[in-house]
Amino acid sequence: MDVLSFVIVGHVDHGKSTLIGRLLYDTDSLAPDKIEEIKKASAEAGRDTEFAFLLDHLEEERKQGITIDTTQVFFKTDNRRYVIIDAPGHVEFVKNMITGASQAEAAVLIIDVVEGVKEQTKRHSYMLSMLGLEQVVVVLNKMDLVDFSQERFDAVRKDAGAWLKSINIEPIFYIPISAIRGDNIATKSDSLGWYTGPTFLESMDTLQNRQPPEDKSLLFPIQDVYKIEDKRINAGRVESGVIEKGLEIKVLPTGETTKVNSIERFLEDSDRAVASECIGMTTSDSVFLERGNVMCLPSDEPTVTDRIAANIFWMTKQELVKDQKLSIRCATQETSCKVESINKRINSSTLEVIEENAEVLKNLEVAEVIIKTKKALVIKDFNDVQELGRFVLVRDGNICAGGIISAAN
Amino acid sequence: MKSGLSQLDRLENQSIFIIREAYSEFRDVAMLWSIGKDSTTLLWLVRKAFFGRIPFPVMHIDTTYKFKEIYDFRDKYAKEWGLNLIIAKNEDAIGKKMGPKKGKFQCCNELKTVALKKAIAKHGFKALYLGIRRDEHGIRAKERVFSPRDEDFEWDYKNQPPELWDQYKTKATEEEHLRVHPLLGWREVDVWEYVKREKIPVVKLYFAEGGKRYRSIGCETCCNPIDSDADTIEKVVEELKVSKISERSGRAQDKEDDYMMQKLRSLGYM
Repeated sequence: MDVLSFVIVGHVDHGKSTLIGRLLYDTDSLAPDKIEEIKKASAEAGRDTEFAFLLDHLEEERKQGITIDTTQVFFKTDNRRYVIIDAPGHVEFVKNMITGASQAEAAVLIIDVVEGVKEQTKRHSYMLSMLGLEQVVVVLNKMDLVDFSQERFDAVRKDAGAWLKSINIEPIFYIPISAIRGDNIATKSDSLGWYTGPTFLESMDTLQNRQPPEDKSLLFPIQDVYKIEDKRINAGRVESGVIEKGLEIKVLPTGETTKVNSIERFLEDSDRAVASECIGMTTSDSVFLERGNVMCLPSDEPTVTDRIAANIFWMTKQELVKDQKLSIRCATQETSCKVESINKRINSSTLEVIEENAEVLKNLEVAEVIIKTKKALVIKDFNDVQELGRFVLVRDGNICAGGIISAAN
Repeated sequence: MKSGLSQLDRLENQSIFIIREAYSEFRDVAMLWSIGKDSTTLLWLVRKAFFGRIPFPVMHIDTTYKFKEIYDFRDKYAKEWGLNLIIAKNEDAIGKKMGPKKGKFQCCNELKTVALKKAIAKHGFKALYLGIRRDEHGIRAKERVFSPRDEDFEWDYKNQPPELWDQYKTKATEEEHLRVHPLLGWREVDVWEYVKREKIPVVKLYFAEGGKRYRSIGCETCCNPIDSDADTIEKVVEELKVSKISERSGRAQDKEDDYMMQKLRSLGYM
């Protein structure tokens, strides 16, 4: 059975955890002893049975009634299994939201229909857009609190739609729900007779799995080299395309060419591997290979450059200072680098340009930058092969930013 | 284009990627093998990742309270698979007769966590592979794939590093070590389906005898069997597909207090 993972994002208190609890409950995915545990913990915290406790397991989360870190739970419909990635709504925990969202194939944006579009609604959806998540379903929650009013639904939908359009997100559906009561989650709601679209679960069954880019040209970044008996086995994951025994390949950035001598797997004979498979391979000639080298077809080479234009989001408290020493990691490549210029500093919740040609970039801000790398990097357009079109910036061993390459510069 | 890879293939590839990623960064690593189905599956994946030649030790934290079947299984496969096996015990606590009767929290902490601390200090490991999964427990669901522990072994769960696009926190300071979790995204039924597909040997306690089987194994003193007639892998998989009882319901350390698992984990428990 197929599995699809989706992240639920949105402003704090707009009902993410309640929606997840409702989904688990309505799809009969909860163990009786879990329900007992939740009832007991809720009673001890002096609350009615709190669905959010299914996800908010940390003591601090339950006592404060907030989600601190991202988590994952499972449910299934008749068609498919699902992994739900819950992401915290508080502004302090945006890095945890990004961690969650980067693992998803689709996203659900939840908006409280009473409050409408808020700061984290905007910031989270902007992050989805940057992460390249194309499949988005919007749910307008707490319809019971506005008497299931179509007028209110339409107003918030219009507002949300205008924002999402500005960041290039076209939601597949807008669904009116009440997570707490279960309206339009697993079954159509009688109170929302004016709504003719799918229920939440029906909308999920229309989402597509992300397919590894097998139909693209070969890219095979080396992860490590193992010397086993007399063989030098180059281990790695095929990021795009297909690799086969006998295939002529070029190694970047060195530019050497050779042939695939063998495809290596433990206790398995094979002479072919496709995108997303982790394999080993040996070469016909004794070329020196190391982690970070990328194999490609001589007829279709990716870009090799030491200067890139990119959009980055900064997600650590200590600010980025122009020209300070960082390292950049793109697939298995790593080299030191500096942000040479910060062309535009952007507020990630309003998209307002805070400053042009800035000296620093602060937590939660987004920027258009030029990065100069020490060693040349092998890159692709993000829209072509995401795996070599995105990177992280690391300072003192900590990941501080994610970035999307817009061009070689 | 529809990929021909199954869900199990996807999980297998992801795990192998993580295993190789940690080894590429830290050559001083070890794998924790509890001899249960998860860490035995992890061991299988580690053998695949390194083409049958595991380049680091495999460590068993021995509380001395494990089932006899566990010890037999360990010794048989350590030999068959040519493992560099380290057996780590907290000899001081064992000498002082530490046991579950002195309190389950203290016993788990002394015989597992402290034993592990001592072993890490002795061997100088910078990273450890563990076979934990998100669906085992709500606290484990909050884990990162690469999860740092400070010098006191504490897990700073309120401030975890970001992880995105298979880029992990692979740098540790002198004092830290990293926990690496290649099976985090697997579910219990995935593990069993993989065990079945790959014909991975597992301890026979998992299969029913006289209407009872163990769904999760550890110390004999603190594990209870469940009612079951599942005496083959096929029947175990079928049972899990319909069962609504959670996996660790037979494990005492999850039960005593709502936050016992969190407290144990924040002190460095596995």
